[in-house]
Amino acid sequence: MNVKAFVKKYTMVIALVAVFILFGLLTHGRLFYPQNMSNLMLQNSYVLVLACGMLCCILTGGNIDLSVGSTVCLVGALAAQLMDKNGMNAYLVIFVCLMVGAVIGGWQGFWIGYVHIPPFICTLSGMFLFRGLGRVILASKTVPVKDKTFLNVFASYVQIPGLDDNKIKMSAIIVGIAIAVIVLLTVFTGRAKRARKGYAVGPLGPELLKKAIIAGLIVFYAWKLANYKGIPVMLIWVLAVVFIYAFITSKTALGRYFYAVGGNEKATKLSGIDTRKVYFLAYLSMSFLAGLSGLLMAARIASVNGDTGNAFEMDAIGSCFIGGASAYGGSGTVAGICIGAIFLGVINQGMSIIGLDNNWQYIVKGAVLLVAVIFDVVSNHKTGKA
Amino acid sequence: MADHILVMKNITKEFPGVKALDNVNLEVERGEIHALVGENGAGKSTLMNVLSGTYPYGSYTGDIIYNGEVCQFNTLKDSEKRGIVIIHQELALIPELSIGENMFLGNERKGTFGIDWDRTYHEARTHMDQVGLKDSEHTLIKDIGTGKQQLVEIAKALSKNVKLLILDEPTSSLNEEDSRMLLNLLLDFKKQGMTSIIISHKLNEIAYVADRITVLRDGATIDTIDNRGKEPVSEELIIRYMVGRELSDRFPKRVPNISDEKALEVKNWTVHHPVYTEKVVDDNVSFYVRKGEIVGFSGLQGAGRTELAMSIFGHSYGTGITGQLFINGKEAHLGNERKAIEAGLAYVTEDRKGNGLILPQTIAVNTTMARLDKVCSGGVIDTVKENLAAEEYREKLKTKTPSVQQAAGNLSGGNQQKVLLAKWMFADADVLILDEPTRGIDVGAKFEIYCIMNDLVAQGKSVIMISSEMPEILGMCDRVYVMNEGRIVAEMDIADASQEKIMAAILKSEKKEEEKQV
Repeated sequence: MNVKAFVKKYTMVIALVAVFILFGLLTHGRLFYPQNMSNLMLQNSYVLVLACGMLCCILTGGNIDLSVGSTVCLVGALAAQLMDKNGMNAYLVIFVCLMVGAVIGGWQGFWIGYVHIPPFICTLSGMFLFRGLGRVILASKTVPVKDKTFLNVFASYVQIPGLDDNKIKMSAIIVGIAIAVIVLLTVFTGRAKRARKGYAVGPLGPELLKKAIIAGLIVFYAWKLANYKGIPVMLIWVLAVVFIYAFITSKTALGRYFYAVGGNEKATKLSGIDTRKVYFLAYLSMSFLAGLSGLLMAARIASVNGDTGNAFEMDAIGSCFIGGASAYGGSGTVAGICIGAIFLGVINQGMSIIGLDNNWQYIVKGAVLLVAVIFDVVSNHKTGKA
Repeated sequence: MADHILVMKNITKEFPGVKALDNVNLEVERGEIHALVGENGAGKSTLMNVLSGTYPYGSYTGDIIYNGEVCQFNTLKDSEKRGIVIIHQELALIPELSIGENMFLGNERKGTFGIDWDRTYHEARTHMDQVGLKDSEHTLIKDIGTGKQQLVEIAKALSKNVKLLILDEPTSSLNEEDSRMLLNLLLDFKKQGMTSIIISHKLNEIAYVADRITVLRDGATIDTIDNRGKEPVSEELIIRYMVGRELSDRFPKRVPNISDEKALEVKNWTVHHPVYTEKVVDDNVSFYVRKGEIVGFSGLQGAGRTELAMSIFGHSYGTGITGQLFINGKEAHLGNERKAIEAGLAYVTEDRKGNGLILPQTIAVNTTMARLDKVCSGGVIDTVKENLAAEEYREKLKTKTPSVQQAAGNLSGGNQQKVLLAKWMFADADVLILDEPTRGIDVGAKFEIYCIMNDLVAQGKSVIMISSEMPEILGMCDRVYVMNEGRIVAEMDIADASQEKIMAAILKSEKKEEEKQV
């Protein structure tokens, strides 16, 4: 692979490394302090979760969901009130709230998929509707989240007695090393499997190098976590969502249909695929994840108010487009949007550490979004549909 | 010495990795209709793009001498200023705008303040009269057929003071009647002194209309044939130049092996228009196809053939569908596309890019699209199995591609058609409805598609071929239905059928229709 092809393939990865280095220098290395590294993930947990759902919507043809921020607020408000006022059991609350997320998704998916209401308009209506409902539930107050079980499920750190009693949390290091070893092993098991089936096996060097870098980063990050409070439970939730969605989009028939509808809806329909159901499921999953995100936020902030989740949809949409999803649908990967989300997260975090004015943060974010997409369009000659 | 309006000398154009044009020479005389023919990928369109400035001066080598001077066109506008106008195969009209607005798009007639609409529509009327377009200049493009849209494009060219008109496959989406009208219009223009270059795959049309024919093959000029003699030039000669080999027979031989069993039978099928629900698109149509049989559907564009096929295929077109459908003698109700596929039906669309393939996706993805469950277990795709299946069909259909991981959009028209066929063969269809299966693909690929059809019926499957090209219907089918205005107006055994008889059946039915109205 020559340099040009390499740059083209890993544009966003290179850009991500560049912003890490840039903010590393600007913050005099404070960005890499264990606490900041740990927070980087936690503060972006909601973006990652929402971006996974948003990707499915965008794949179906550049359709976005504007209502997710409001859904986060509604579900968060419901969870807070049920526990604070009614004292409902935390596990029951989680179940109810996730179901409410799914019902909201079903509501929007029904109108979009089966009645062909344009997604932009339908979710714009949802944006007002659910924000309003959320504020009604909160009665315009800030409701605290104090339930121990609830906070434990979402916002605690993994604590294994005997391992994590010291300053350095051993559990994080052990898990990190274990995952790194598994990543490295997949290189060899994958090659063996392909060789057994008589498939072409590429050169070992580049593949091993790539996986070795990934493994190295995992160990590095685990080390940082170990030096802070250990593995955050929220990270496990986020990784679970990311892996499930990576699997759905790349390996299952349903995932294939998201791409197919975005690539050519008429051809997909004539191939006997129920395109209405594909839209329905995309928006169902989106609001379900918004519900989960609402729970994560409620636990992380430990309170919910009428502005919770404000403009979250924009972060999710931004991550998708920075991560290489096509604004016309039909292309984009979970790995890509994760890079997009972390990219945005690093910029946010970096600017906060420097102490840059909040207003300037908006300006930088807007510029970065545009530059990233311009770079992607120009380097890939994606001229869209014109 | 002849008066040449255009001489293209030693044109060479390279794309990364390919030499698209290699020392091509083209000489066009003033006032002639010059045809440019060649297989897909021979370089016809590239040559015309060089001429029109789409590929700017400097990106190719060689000279363009137009009206006696060497020209350096950098953009399309440069060449249009000199009177060279190109009309592309895919029409560049905006459906939601009127005919008049489209004609002056990018070339607006300006008054003191903004656009002078009176002048715009007045001039539009003048040019529309020149091409014999009787619709109102305020009619929206989406409300007129492809044939008339083509005329709008020509009127638009006239509004630009065209001296040299280039038409890229102007008749590929027109029926025989509209095509003939268009060709006659070109002949009229010729009398008035206009020069045209026409690119086409339809050799009978070229023999009819062209004065001289230049054949390109693999990016090089093979020869220029004079067609002004008394006898029209033989199509066989052109084909031989085009493919570089003798195609002794354009249609592969087949020994019919037709069973008595009817694979599909339709009785009293009536379909209404999806938007204008009172309009009957197909009226009381009954037909059948037997196992091992190729049945042709002939007729003019708009006869209701595509609509019939799609309404049968899981009601994917139309409303108010009534009638009975029998598959292998048993009545079936196919309410959606999935049910139709499960019943063994396949509809291979005439619009490969719009309705058939997902162009940005790989060949493998497209191949398994209609029956993804065959390579899935528990909703999870087995990509190894998928690739093997796609590979199998690639070999079977001789699709020219380096790998099944190529995006379908990168393939030529003929190879895209093969991928589309592979998709429906993979779906295990027993009755394949092929809608214009050879539209816009070259002679060699056509022959291969015909061979595939023969293979299919040899396996006992049934093929329904909708085609506007009569030689193809006559060359391939065992039986032919003729449709007009939503009704079947004739059914004939191929032994009794001829182009004249099919046309006669259509014209007779139209006469009856007129009498009824009187």
